[in-house]
Amino acid sequence: MELNSKIPEGPIAEKWTSYKFDRKLVNPANRRKYEVIVVGTGLAGGAAAATLGEQGYKVKAFTFHDSPRRAHSIAAQGGINAAKNYKGDGDSIYRLFYDTVKGGDFRSREANVYRLAEESVNIIDQMTAQGVPFAREYGGLLDNRSFGGAQVSRTFYARGQTGQQLLLGAYQQLARQVGLGNVELHNRTELVDVVVVDGVAAGIVVRDLLTGEVTSHSAHAVVLATGGYSNVFFLSTNAMACNVTAAWRAHRRGAAFANPCYTQIHPTCIPQSDDFQSKLTLMSESLRNDGRIWAPKDPDDRRPAHEIPEEDRDYYLERRYPSFGNLAPRDIASRAAKVEVDAGKGVGPLKNGVFLDFSDAIGRLGEKVIEERYGNLFEMYERITDESPYRQPMRIYPAPHYTMGGLWVDYELMTSVPGLYAAGEANFSDHGANRLGASALMQGLADGYFVLPNTISNYLAPLLGTTPVPTDHPAFKAAEAEATDRFAQYLSIGGTQSPDAFHMKLGRIMWDYCGMERTKEGLEKALAEIPALHEEFRKDLRVTGSGSSLNQTLEKAGRVDDFFELAQVMCLDALTREESCGGHFRAEHQTEEGEAERDDEHFAHVAAWEWSGDPTAPIRNVEPLEFDNVHLAVRSYK
Amino acid sequence: MKELNVTLKVWRQDGPSAPGHFDTIAAPGINDEMSFLEMLDQVNERLINEGKEAIVFDHDCREGICGTCSLMIDGQAHGPQKGTATCQLHMRKFADGDTITIEPWRATSFPVVKDLMVDRSAFDRIVEAGGFITAETGGAPDANLTPIPKPVADAAMDAAACIGCGACVAACPNSAANLFTAAKVSHLNLLPQGQAERYSRVEAMVDTMEEFFGSCTNHGECQEACPKEISIDFIALMNKDYLKAKFKNRKTLARS
Repeated sequence: MELNSKIPEGPIAEKWTSYKFDRKLVNPANRRKYEVIVVGTGLAGGAAAATLGEQGYKVKAFTFHDSPRRAHSIAAQGGINAAKNYKGDGDSIYRLFYDTVKGGDFRSREANVYRLAEESVNIIDQMTAQGVPFAREYGGLLDNRSFGGAQVSRTFYARGQTGQQLLLGAYQQLARQVGLGNVELHNRTELVDVVVVDGVAAGIVVRDLLTGEVTSHSAHAVVLATGGYSNVFFLSTNAMACNVTAAWRAHRRGAAFANPCYTQIHPTCIPQSDDFQSKLTLMSESLRNDGRIWAPKDPDDRRPAHEIPEEDRDYYLERRYPSFGNLAPRDIASRAAKVEVDAGKGVGPLKNGVFLDFSDAIGRLGEKVIEERYGNLFEMYERITDESPYRQPMRIYPAPHYTMGGLWVDYELMTSVPGLYAAGEANFSDHGANRLGASALMQGLADGYFVLPNTISNYLAPLLGTTPVPTDHPAFKAAEAEATDRFAQYLSIGGTQSPDAFHMKLGRIMWDYCGMERTKEGLEKALAEIPALHEEFRKDLRVTGSGSSLNQTLEKAGRVDDFFELAQVMCLDALTREESCGGHFRAEHQTEEGEAERDDEHFAHVAAWEWSGDPTAPIRNVEPLEFDNVHLAVRSYK
Repeated sequence: MKELNVTLKVWRQDGPSAPGHFDTIAAPGINDEMSFLEMLDQVNERLINEGKEAIVFDHDCREGICGTCSLMIDGQAHGPQKGTATCQLHMRKFADGDTITIEPWRATSFPVVKDLMVDRSAFDRIVEAGGFITAETGGAPDANLTPIPKPVADAAMDAAACIGCGACVAACPNSAANLFTAAKVSHLNLLPQGQAERYSRVEAMVDTMEEFFGSCTNHGECQEACPKEISIDFIALMNKDYLKAKFKNRKTLARS
């Protein structure tokens, strides 16, 4: 497979501007002659569908939710980065670009990241114009806070509900286009296959979740904005329905899947309380602005937190990373927590967490200020744990949260299948091996509002006068039949274990062997266990109910089936990447101090996996990464 | 950590036009640290193991923000805990031996899809009618060009916190959607950016709301049920703007 990143020539600061000028345009009057499918209605998909609709294209938007407003972007809490430099503390587009490349442990594409930093400022303007109620200072101007991996204040926020407010902003723009008739919305409809005709994306096959009916939709171009795959771990901070199916089905039809082993384990989540747990809840990274993370020095210290004196506490992030302290990047903070818990210093009934302590901040600023900043997060914590963070420190532990890997895309966000695009978390492009906090909202909106609407015309313009492949084409009919058979098959197995039971077992394997720390031995073990479990799934799955009315067990079966295949390429990717970088930590590759040890000589590249027909033997392709602007360095936050 | 033995009376309904009924399901050995939905997960897992069809219910983020979960629990929208969506309700709020009645949202404009799941797309229609600011992508002025007094931004945010779950409608004896609509209208009408469409917005949204939902008679049940504790003061704000709009928009119409 040839991987052409199509990065424009010229100095980094001019690439995007010159691209926008050089690309082909579609005349406004001709846009209605083009049909575009957008799958997913989160920040990236919602923004893309709305903007393409505004521009005059005929858009069909698909979501498996009841309403576009439910997409998981809504759950992002802390904020969105933008290089506005409103605080005058030395921020700039270049600094945001630099921080993001460094934060990603030098495994992202410079040109993409620079473009992201450039568009970040437009996002804040756009969202404010749309009525997103960002937090403000008393003078009426926008407020900022700090996030991990940065030494400037560039994070805009709307209380602890920034994702909600941004998603509602994008949803409202989409709703406007639906009302105007420019976008046709299909809710409770799930993608079950991508159709490629003559090597080009022709459309999608979907399943109506209410009736089980399988139908096809064709278009000139297809955009997948279907999010990440953290739920492969079963327990993650993702919503229950988040899945990899759309990206995986595209992969099976020829789209390369890049860097699947780059997964982000978020340091501040509420620790698991028991085996029945269905998901983990994130506590925003913004809490680390005022909370101090510590563990008792003595593993056998059984005193309640407030009785442990200062000298018996280890503020390990402040000790190990004095200049970034509690705001060390996520991958580093997560691993440091694991070190403490593995050393037996964990706190809580299961000794599976560390403290995030606000008593200093409450003493300094007063309870009222802390309540204003984090009140809703504290309430959420108390509802779940029955403990008040005002009285005792929070207990936190890392949990799978975000996946930097995803469908391989070029500079135009086009996958390796012409006409098939991937936006937002579904693609791999901007965060390298680790994403900095408050950058996911930024990327989703940049892709949806500003990148795709510019790049898609370059593909569409030459197609003027052509009509999409009709949905009675044999390729569509074959894909429909395949999907129908697949769902009928899940129902007919009649085994003994539910999809959730399998998902839980798969998640356990992935967390143990492909989680925060990976070893050759563990990954090889996982690669032996996963296909065996998948085989058991095929023989012993039990799905009750029918395929002709709403059946959540059946939906789940399809998603778990795809997770099995993804899990294998994740482990293979982790096994072949013989280095540690960002969220990918191979125990064999660490410094004496336990920090990640990159191998730039052999691994400064993107691994893009190609489907071979056999999930155990995909083909590894390589796109070299070139760093002309940022000097490759050992990432230090000390 | 305690074990609870509870009995569920669950509404089961095969489809929108099928007749529904209550199923009584014993749920022994429930850990009180579980969330309410984890309890239902466990019940479903047991039903599947018995070869029975799982109970259909809407849910997703389980963090109280996506607004997908619903459920009338013992006759209360989102259950007994104030300011809490079903997904954040925990079993420690229940006692051993309790019988818990679980129903879908009860409102004609939210038809049952299956079991406990309802169709809330009427909410989308209200937003499509005017719940936005027309600001097409590109060309937005600098975000700090228009300072917004903090109290105004805070009030807009209080309204914008609505998660669109529909508890207000389910709790209302008239199945009115005034709190939902008022929250969206107020969020946008309070902000300087929303002024250009202030009156056309409120008129279009209220008129669309009335196509689907009942009328508000100030019971205040909506604000009690709201998991985000959105105040009914916003309904007053909406009514004020609506009244003005009826005059203002008529005048504009006469001029054109």
